[in-house]
Amino acid sequence: MFQIEFDNQPDLVVGIDLGTTNSLVAWMNLTQPEVIPGEDGDKLVPSIVSLTEAGELIVGNAARQELIDHPERSIYSVKRLMGRGIEDVRDELKLFPFRIAEGSENVIRVALGDQTFTPPEISAFILRQLKKNAETALDARVTKAVITVPAYFNDAQRQATRDAGRLAGLEVLRLVNEPTAAALAYGLDKRKEGVVAVYDLGGGTFDVSILKLQEGIFEVLATNGDTHLGGDDIDNRLMQIAIEDIQAEWGEGIAHSGEAIQTLRQDVIRVKEALSFAPSVNLEFAWHGKKYQRTITRELFDGLIQDIVDRTLGPCRDCMKDAGVTPEQIDEVVLVGGSTRIPLVRSAVEVLFRARPHTELNPDEVVALGAAVQAGILAGTVENQLLLDVTPLSLGIEMYGGVASKIIHRNSTIPASAGETFTTGVDRQTNVLIHVVQGERELAKDCRSLARFDLKGIDPMPAGFARIEVRFLIDANGILSVTARDARTGKEQTVEVKPSYGLTDEQVEAMIEASIDNAEADYKAAQLSGIRIEADGIMAATEKAMRNKAWLTLTDEERAEVTAAMNRLKVVYCINDHHLIHAQVDILNQATHKLAENMMNTAVQGALQGTKVE
Amino acid sequence: MTCWNCGAAEPARFCVSCKALQPPVPEYFAFFELAPQLALDEKDLQQRFYGLSRKLHPDLFSRKSPAENEHALEATAVLNDAYRTLRDPIARALYVLKLEGLDVGEQSTKDVPPELLEEVFELNMALEEARMGDADALAQLPGFRVRFEAMRAETDLAVAQVSTAWDATHAKQALTDLRGHLNRRKYITNLIDKTNVPDRV
Ligand SMILES: Nc1ncnc2c1ncn2[C@@H]1O[C@H](COP(=O)(O)OP(=O)(O)O)[C@@H](O)[C@H]1O
Ligand SMILES: [Mg+2]
Repeated sequence: MFQIEFDNQPDLVVGIDLGTTNSLVAWMNLTQPEVIPGEDGDKLVPSIVSLTEAGELIVGNAARQELIDHPERSIYSVKRLMGRGIEDVRDELKLFPFRIAEGSENVIRVALGDQTFTPPEISAFILRQLKKNAETALDARVTKAVITVPAYFNDAQRQATRDAGRLAGLEVLRLVNEPTAAALAYGLDKRKEGVVAVYDLGGGTFDVSILKLQEGIFEVLATNGDTHLGGDDIDNRLMQIAIEDIQAEWGEGIAHSGEAIQTLRQDVIRVKEALSFAPSVNLEFAWHGKKYQRTITRELFDGLIQDIVDRTLGPCRDCMKDAGVTPEQIDEVVLVGGSTRIPLVRSAVEVLFRARPHTELNPDEVVALGAAVQAGILAGTVENQLLLDVTPLSLGIEMYGGVASKIIHRNSTIPASAGETFTTGVDRQTNVLIHVVQGERELAKDCRSLARFDLKGIDPMPAGFARIEVRFLIDANGILSVTARDARTGKEQTVEVKPSYGLTDEQVEAMIEASIDNAEADYKAAQLSGIRIEADGIMAATEKAMRNKAWLTLTDEERAEVTAAMNRLKVVYCINDHHLIHAQVDILNQATHKLAENMMNTAVQGALQGTKVE
Repeated sequence: MTCWNCGAAEPARFCVSCKALQPPVPEYFAFFELAPQLALDEKDLQQRFYGLSRKLHPDLFSRKSPAENEHALEATAVLNDAYRTLRDPIARALYVLKLEGLDVGEQSTKDVPPELLEEVFELNMALEEARMGDADALAQLPGFRVRFEAMRAETDLAVAQVSTAWDATHAKQALTDLRGHLNRRKYITNLIDKTNVPDRV
């Protein structure tokens, strides 16, 4: 009998930065983390999803134009809705054109055209695109991933992210906090010891973390942040003045037109981004033959956003306090997120931490690179590095009288656990309901409700006699699980979970069930487009070589062989069979082997073998 | 005890025969392979923590069986809980008291230590007046805080002293004294929190 060895190859695990604005996928290429570009060559995949008239879902740059032309069938910044309830997002809806569908009481549903989706499903579309990009580029199946989340994400937001991964056909091996991932990316080439502050200001979220680095251990001391602060808020400031100006100049507003607002938003973003590198930039907006223009100086801009920048400083100070460090003790500062390109942000950070921030790594890519490193740690290809992260928010249970009793404090290293013993309040009571909340406030109602855990099947006894030991465990992803045991009998107790926000496990399962066929189709499509890219490359190189003088060094038979292989590849190219194309690519590769060698020998530039498309 | 994986007898942290990770020892000192002690070398504890993290962290088990993965999660949770408790002298002292069966009672914080009676009375007066909008009373609060913080530092010193004493002798009296100091400390900490009145009062 044969025993097939499956385990001798390290798993391929990708790292994904699922951003509010942009998303990226990266992997460990031998020893270096590397971002994988999409087919359009862009490393950043805009987190935009659009449903075309034909019912096709498109993601990224392709969806960008759709967002302008058909805002009612497109969505961006969906990360803002992850793990949140309808009441949470009311304010948000004033600024973001999310079309919340009917029946969003338990889980928010967003309308894209005439279909509705939950935020995890929409995020899953983005993840699927990234998965496909990776499969195409690496010509391998990708089923495992590390996904990053803002450090300040609560349990529901983390669960929603994990659900999105599952819906996209990915086994989410770990959720990693974005600032921590960034530190990992930096630590790789530096191997420094000391205290590092990571300041991450992206499109929708702000995070700050302080870490201690020692002999490859990245120990997070404290983290803080604001899940609703970022570049989008800055855009809104510029939008506001532009909308007011336009109203005054044209005598009519544009706020009622989704298309106009989207166009203006993109104009405003262009101006904002250019202002990071120029002292003044012209804002121009054209709409139905009318024109609006205004020069935005850095000075005006800085004044507009000063308070937004200031709002990041409080969490930074609190974080230092919790970490037990003073600004002088911080050795290095790492900047992450597109909004840290703004000079005012940089100078504020520099003044606060009294250290010149690192900017060697591209702030757009650093989180994805770090996620790839963590993926390498989990796959076993990166050794001697270990991340010890913390939970950003205290975990509490609601006590009699509405007080939240903290059982796991914020900034505790995870995994972390706590045990509590519960009893019954009335005779013959057979279940106990535990309300778990997350947050720092005194009263449970001011904290974030996570879930109600129903301890069922307690033996009927007089009040106060039952002793149910409940264990709360926060895993390395920052996600809570609860188990219970009857202390008298030692019997495991069933715990029914009612999440306050988000999907139940059953709902996720049902959605996965429905999407498995899609995953298969996605993979096939990715394989096909990958091999076609390869075919394009070799055909282009061969055609070029045929015009080279090395072509004449081949015998007639050899030339005929190349030409025949070329023609056969052209024939199978359009057939939707990855294996068929692959086989012909191999044959052409073989046939042109000598040609390539001769080209090299005659010192002609441009290698033929293994040529990649630019 | 036998190994959950291969059934071998008396497994250590890792089974000697199949190398599988075993369920964690729940007692914190034992987990770190230390004897219960009140005054411990925190640098040494940190080194042990890092060393154990490198062996037990779930990241290192993601390619192992789900069962072993689960054990790594459990073990690391205990490791982190233990480190958090033992690295802090006060949490550590409370833990030792619990181990030795001398729990610090809840209600004891309500009984004012007699030597503090007068201060507490004055503080409550000042707080009351401050709440009524008396600026002078408000200005007194930082002074209270400084005094209480000095008292807490004194208590910490006393805690350190009995700690060394107990480590050397394991005398019951030392623990009783320790409990007294810790109760007093908790009481003072509550007072300090009271003096932290937000600016807007
Ligand atoms: N040059 C720039 N100047 C100012 N803001 C920028 C610049 N480049 C990108 N941004 C902003 O950074 C944000 C996106 O940052 P990113 O880190 O990708 O966010 P997220 O992680 O939330 O997706 C957007 O608000 C974008 O407009
Ligand atoms: Mg980001």
